[in-house]
Amino acid sequence: MNLNATLIIQLVVFLSFVWFTKNFVWPPIVKALDERAKKVADGLAAADKAKADLANAEKRSMEELRSARESAAELRAGAEKQAGKLVEDARAEANRIIAAAREAATTEAGAAAQKAKDALRDQVAALAVAGAERILRREINAQTHADLLSNLKQELS
Amino acid sequence: MASGTELTHAAPTAGEYIAHHLTFLNNSGEMQANLIDFGLYNVDTLFYSIVLGLLTVFLLHRAAAKATSGVPGRFQAAVEILVEMVADQAKGMIHSEESRRFVAPLALTVFIWIFFMNAMDLLPVDLLPRIWEGVYAAAGHDPHHAYMRVVPTADINATMGMSIAVLLLCLYYNVKIKGAGGWFHELISAPFGNHILLAPFNFAMNVIEFLAKTVSHGMRLFGNMFAGELIFMLIALMGGAWTGMNAPSILLAAGHFVAGLSWAIFHILVITLQAFIFMMLTLVYIGQAHDGH
Repeated sequence: MNLNATLIIQLVVFLSFVWFTKNFVWPPIVKALDERAKKVADGLAAADKAKADLANAEKRSMEELRSARESAAELRAGAEKQAGKLVEDARAEANRIIAAAREAATTEAGAAAQKAKDALRDQVAALAVAGAERILRREINAQTHADLLSNLKQELS
Repeated sequence: MASGTELTHAAPTAGEYIAHHLTFLNNSGEMQANLIDFGLYNVDTLFYSIVLGLLTVFLLHRAAAKATSGVPGRFQAAVEILVEMVADQAKGMIHSEESRRFVAPLALTVFIWIFFMNAMDLLPVDLLPRIWEGVYAAAGHDPHHAYMRVVPTADINATMGMSIAVLLLCLYYNVKIKGAGGWFHELISAPFGNHILLAPFNFAMNVIEFLAKTVSHGMRLFGNMFAGELIFMLIALMGGAWTGMNAPSILLAAGHFVAGLSWAIFHILVITLQAFIFMMLTLVYIGQAHDGH
């Protein structure tokens, strides 16, 4: 361990290398590191923002979906109500028509019966006249009378 | 790891082998005789540290040139991890944005450069020295004098050179942040208190503190790397004692393998840790220059 001028030369060499590193090595590397750090920070911020945006969009789409579902339910309820009303109306109309038809039929049947009764009465009257005519034409013949009368009776009953 | 035998002469003793490996190649070509001799400089230390320093700044510069804010490649990501680590540490210890712009790159350079220099320890201890011996002998010199140390941080000149550079930066930032007057006032009023009688003791204490910080800073790295290198050499002696296919040689070679492997694996931790500690202490000391007592 002898001391000599190596010491001084080494000192100068050392400071020269330091000078070089200080001027040509350190600044570009540190600059690149800082830039990268900024890039990464920006990237992370952008990712966070995108995540928030996505969450917002999801929330919004859920809301849209819900409101769409609600309005669809409303529409369906309205349609059902309307359909029910239509059916109800149709049923009422049908009942009305049936009642009217029944009434018309009843009236017609009554008229027909009256007409038949009237026709029968006319016939009875005609028969009675015809019977009386025959009785008057044959004069008194009990047996003949009896036949006629029974005939008449038969026709009347 | 090759044995320590010389090319043309008889095998050296263990002591000679170690001594040879612990001698720096300086500009005189001889072993340094005096403890301190500023007429000499260690060619091997400077060569390896400058080459590794250039490798450091080259790799860092490549990463810097290709740095984009897009998706990083593996190499870029690795450099970025280091940069982030250093920037975080610097932010925790130096509360001045402006100073950090210089000190953080300094810490990054220190960490990677010292890591590379320490990692030279993981090369086989004889690999580069033996190549150098061959080159030296081929050039017509005495291979006994082909000295080469490949771990620059195992040279106290290198580590102290760096720690003194850190000291100078501490002094600079003390003056810059506190002003010459403010710093002088701090030197004579802390740590014992602001009193005219205490001023000399305060000043002496601060001088000692700066000296102790600088010496311990450089010596810690040097000591760890020197010891690590020495242990690799001692392990290499086991394989170097090979005398043929006999039981002691085979046992020693096996010991060499096991010890070398385990020490090298452990050393991966040591070289990283020491580089990190040197960087952290650099940040701590310069950070202290920013804080008042």
